[in-house]
Amino acid sequence: MSNPRHTRLSGLEPLVITPELLFINVGERTNVTGSAQFKKLIKEDRYDEAVEVARQQVDNGAQIIDINMDEGLIDSEAAMTRFVNLISSEPDIARVPFMIDSSKWTVIEAGLRCLQGKGIVNSISMKEGEEQFLEHARKVQQYGAAAVVMAFDEQGQADTCERKVEICTRAYELLTSKLDFRPEDIIFDPNIFAIATGIEEHNNYAVDFIEATRELKKRFPDCHISGGVSNVSFSFRGNNTVREAIHAVFLYHAIRAGMDMGIVNAGALTIMDDIDAELRERVEDVVLNRRDDATERLLDIADNYKGKRGLAVVETLAWRDKPVKERLSHALVHGIDQFVVEDTEEARQLSSRPLDVIEGPLMDGMNVVGDLFGAGKMFLPQVVKSARVMKKAVAYLLPYIEEEKLRTGDTGKNNGKIIMATVKGDVHDIGKNIVGVVLRCNNFEVIDLGVMVPAQKILETAIAEKADMIGLSGLITPSLEEMSQVAREMQRQDFHIPLLIGGATTSRAHTALKIEPHYKSGTVWVKDASRAVGVAQSLVSKDLVENFLAKVRADYADVRERHRNRGPGKQLVSLEKARGQRFRCDWDTYEPAQPNTPGVTVFDVYDLAVLRPYIDWTPFFQTWELAGHYPAILTDEIIGTQASELFNDAQTMLDKIVAEKWLTARAVIGLWPAANVGDDVEVFADSARTTPLGTLHSLRQQADKPVDRPDLCLADFIAPKASGKPDWIGGFAVTAGIGIEPHLARFEADYDDYSSILLKALADRLAEAFAEHMHERVRREFWGYAPDEALQNDDLVAEKYRGIRPAPGYPACPDHTEKTTLFALLDVTRNTGIELTEGFSMYPAAAVSGWYYSHPDSQYFVVGRLSKQQVEDYARRKGWTMLEAERWLASNLDYDPE
Amino acid sequence: MSTLPFIHPERVALLEQALRQRILILDGGMGTMLQAHELDENGFRGERFEHGHDGHAHDHAGSCDLKGNNDLLTLTKPDIIRGVHAAYLEAGADLVETNTFNSTRISQADYKLQHLAYELNLEGAKLARAACDAMTAKTPQQPRFVIGVLGPTSRTASLSPDVNDPGFRNVTFEELAENYTEATNGLIDGGADVIMVETIFDTLNAKAALFALSELFHQRGARMPVMISGTITDRSGRTLSGQTAEAFYYSVRHARPLSVGFNCALGADDLRPHIQTLSTIAESYVSTHPNAGLPNAFGEYDETPEHMAGVIGGFARDGLLNLVGGCCGTTPAHIKAIAEAVREFAPRALPSLEVAAA
Repeated sequence: MSNPRHTRLSGLEPLVITPELLFINVGERTNVTGSAQFKKLIKEDRYDEAVEVARQQVDNGAQIIDINMDEGLIDSEAAMTRFVNLISSEPDIARVPFMIDSSKWTVIEAGLRCLQGKGIVNSISMKEGEEQFLEHARKVQQYGAAAVVMAFDEQGQADTCERKVEICTRAYELLTSKLDFRPEDIIFDPNIFAIATGIEEHNNYAVDFIEATRELKKRFPDCHISGGVSNVSFSFRGNNTVREAIHAVFLYHAIRAGMDMGIVNAGALTIMDDIDAELRERVEDVVLNRRDDATERLLDIADNYKGKRGLAVVETLAWRDKPVKERLSHALVHGIDQFVVEDTEEARQLSSRPLDVIEGPLMDGMNVVGDLFGAGKMFLPQVVKSARVMKKAVAYLLPYIEEEKLRTGDTGKNNGKIIMATVKGDVHDIGKNIVGVVLRCNNFEVIDLGVMVPAQKILETAIAEKADMIGLSGLITPSLEEMSQVAREMQRQDFHIPLLIGGATTSRAHTALKIEPHYKSGTVWVKDASRAVGVAQSLVSKDLVENFLAKVRADYADVRERHRNRGPGKQLVSLEKARGQRFRCDWDTYEPAQPNTPGVTVFDVYDLAVLRPYIDWTPFFQTWELAGHYPAILTDEIIGTQASELFNDAQTMLDKIVAEKWLTARAVIGLWPAANVGDDVEVFADSARTTPLGTLHSLRQQADKPVDRPDLCLADFIAPKASGKPDWIGGFAVTAGIGIEPHLARFEADYDDYSSILLKALADRLAEAFAEHMHERVRREFWGYAPDEALQNDDLVAEKYRGIRPAPGYPACPDHTEKTTLFALLDVTRNTGIELTEGFSMYPAAAVSGWYYSHPDSQYFVVGRLSKQQVEDYARRKGWTMLEAERWLASNLDYDPE
Repeated sequence: MSTLPFIHPERVALLEQALRQRILILDGGMGTMLQAHELDENGFRGERFEHGHDGHAHDHAGSCDLKGNNDLLTLTKPDIIRGVHAAYLEAGADLVETNTFNSTRISQADYKLQHLAYELNLEGAKLARAACDAMTAKTPQQPRFVIGVLGPTSRTASLSPDVNDPGFRNVTFEELAENYTEATNGLIDGGADVIMVETIFDTLNAKAALFALSELFHQRGARMPVMISGTITDRSGRTLSGQTAEAFYYSVRHARPLSVGFNCALGADDLRPHIQTLSTIAESYVSTHPNAGLPNAFGEYDETPEHMAGVIGGFARDGLLNLVGGCCGTTPAHIKAIAEAVREFAPRALPSLEVAAA
């Protein structure tokens, strides 16, 4: 009897990698670094949907799934634990082995601790030396996993065939001689890099990989060779046909050389034979580096294959020949407002009452839209465009309806009336406006009170209008507190209509724990615009409402129960211990960068054309609930068409914004002498550091971490006063929203919500782009510590530069009130026109402000939960009462305040 | 890890020699034997716990029943445990299992006796050690061995106890590893020859145990042979946590166990296909200690020694086995019958690993 050395993995079922399997597909979509959609789901705590992504992977033939949670703003260890636990409970997912993927060892360990089967660690390498490598490998053995070994050593990632083979060989020798690591549990990743980049040294990368694979498989036949395949075609982003052809050709040759595993999008693999002959030949030239002009020759024909999918279909006017009812329906579904007035008039003349046009053809058309949207066949931007058509038709009919009302007293019917408002202190309303549009499309009457609306105004309007429900929205964390305030007020004033909660920082958990208990007549959290209609309809339906609310109440009670029983979770460490474990650096040898331009600098009327290339488009699509990474989203199988259309509309509007100067961009920055004292930073007017300008207060992580990982606090990145090192800190405030109001008013007067929301979203993007651009100038010129930095926009988005720009109210410094100090230091309102609301939200909303830190080790992090001890300490430093401190830090408290 | 020396190399050598020669006999169920004594609450408490929980709990005496805490009898009724070990050794067992199935902090917490975890393991191993040594002295040609038992605990690391929250867990890998480290220290210090992680419902619990063992061996600079025995919970052919027999083996194989097998939950007939699977794929020795059939309407096991021995004799004839014994419902009579039934058959041969060119 003999057992061949096959790799034997397991989930609930075994996976024995025999040569007959040829190639193992590792599903790549449950990876936050590779899938914007998945990242969004994890960031927004939408784990139910994230689990579905894993299920689709397995359904599409993934034999292993790769799980990666490496993202700065996610608590990666917690996310890894939660996600692996969740998918472990789904037998049709858990049947396959899992690949735990992270560049952080602690995250890998968190994943391994949830794995009952034998999985794979991705990855270990000699990047930090042999000792670390062997220590990790030993742990991999103890946890019972196989390991991906990257061709990476102390010198860096291997790019030539020779280095790849040399590093992998050294790793193999170490694993099998110093440890008893099974050869079949070693999976080499000899690094797949992008080819056809235009840089000559890159031309041979695919050949280097393929040849290294051949040699490694010869030397170590029991081991496997794997890699992330999509890297190879990176330079053809946006041209999926060519990318998939490159993947197919690359895999064809690499598999023949011995590659037997790959991280791929299992559903999108093309077969060599399906590739057009000319394309195939030129792709092979590139992959195999067969001729010097291979890249140019592929580029020459690449555009011929572009947009095979995702190209907007040219509209014909054939639909104009149809009867008027169908024309209206067509116009609504396709969002075409060109003919709507004449069609509406024609329909009116055919109807006995003007209201019949709304309740007949228009509502029929909107129902089609609603159904398509509900079924996921239409997307938010289309719905908003449909609403624009509807609004125009209704506006046209309104005078006739009023006339009819006067004559007959008939007021028509709608689904129900909802008061909507962004709460006091908050100016953000894009999401709320989208929800309003969607509700109106479904025949709800929406009374939108706008932004920064005080509780009393909301309640008074609700009474006066006999509203059926109230919807509150907010984006910044202080708004959460304001929402519970509104709920308390509704209870006190004996309201009996349901309360809807929505907005980026809201959550089911927060609603269940902090809002619903204060109000007895129904509080419902609405996840996003696509859920709003279902919720609102259930609430106005006499048949459904009781059951629906009972279910919601039970659900929230359950959330509270679980919250109570969740146990202590990870215990926080004491403030002293956290401070003892602060970030340290050798201040004696550290020389802080001295700025070229100290003090405050104002930029009045900045050129928008300069900012445009700095736009990060991915969040723009998120605003419209289109999930995906730009530019891949433009060619996405499902939403590509819609995304491209939206993108084109955005470009057209941006052209106008820039050319016609719709918006004014202004900025102010400052760089001041600073010194760290405790968890605070003192800011001075003079470099002798004797004239204080103010004190910045920071919060510290209190997580129980191993000694080598600090509990971070922003103040730690500034040289301590005692060190005597002359350090500096910077601050900035930028806006691209000055002058937006008349344009919004113009769109609103034209019933054009689509353009109004588009403009706001673009102003937001320009403000973010401005922050990015200004930070780059600060690094290169004004502070000047990185004068030679030359990064592409992708690198900027990926934060590959030295230094950080944390914004008050965000995870590293969650206290919004620190903006007061920032605004005072920079005299922001006078210099730029940006104002602070009482809730510390900035107006115009298209504005960004924050601090600049230059320390090379400075990084973004999540402060997370705070002990009462730290809150007391912070209150003392800020001169606050405990009540004030607990109010402003409500989202971070680790305890229930009195 | 497989490169570390053994803590008791001479005993391991004897055990491996015996395994090469014949099918070795494990003991049978402990619970059934204890039930026969019909102990009441006072019986379980003995003198030491007569007035409460050993002075460690603040409750009044009797606020928590100790009846049913079989492992506690190691401390309160050691003679009974000695008697059970002796009876199985007399029946022909080569290896006896310590009375430590529930001697982890987590399981003893159900009785508010978590502080006894180390002591229960230490004393449990000592009792089995003394019984084996006494028997070996009588029959020096047949050395007897102590299996230090690590049970599954009352919690599962890969299953949620809350149907509405599949991501929830009431125990972590780290907690389990700490529990098992403490228990194993007791077993080793009390004189165990091998450690067996057994009745594995949830493979992740077992992986935590195996992780704890490897860390402990690494720290001690010496190791002990490890036996692993899973539990196929019903006729679906899977563990409670959903794994097939083959997937289960691949999940624990990294510990390079001395033996791997299945015990409990099913009778020998129903275990056969799963033992067959292990026998085909496992590089280690294969063990089984089934129940005396499935429980009847009264929750009792009534498969006779003759029937059980007949089925297991078939396993042995077909070359599937290296170690065999009994679990719930089995008695010295079962073990004696099984020992006789397998005596004439050669043990399963270990597969040779196909060494590749490298």
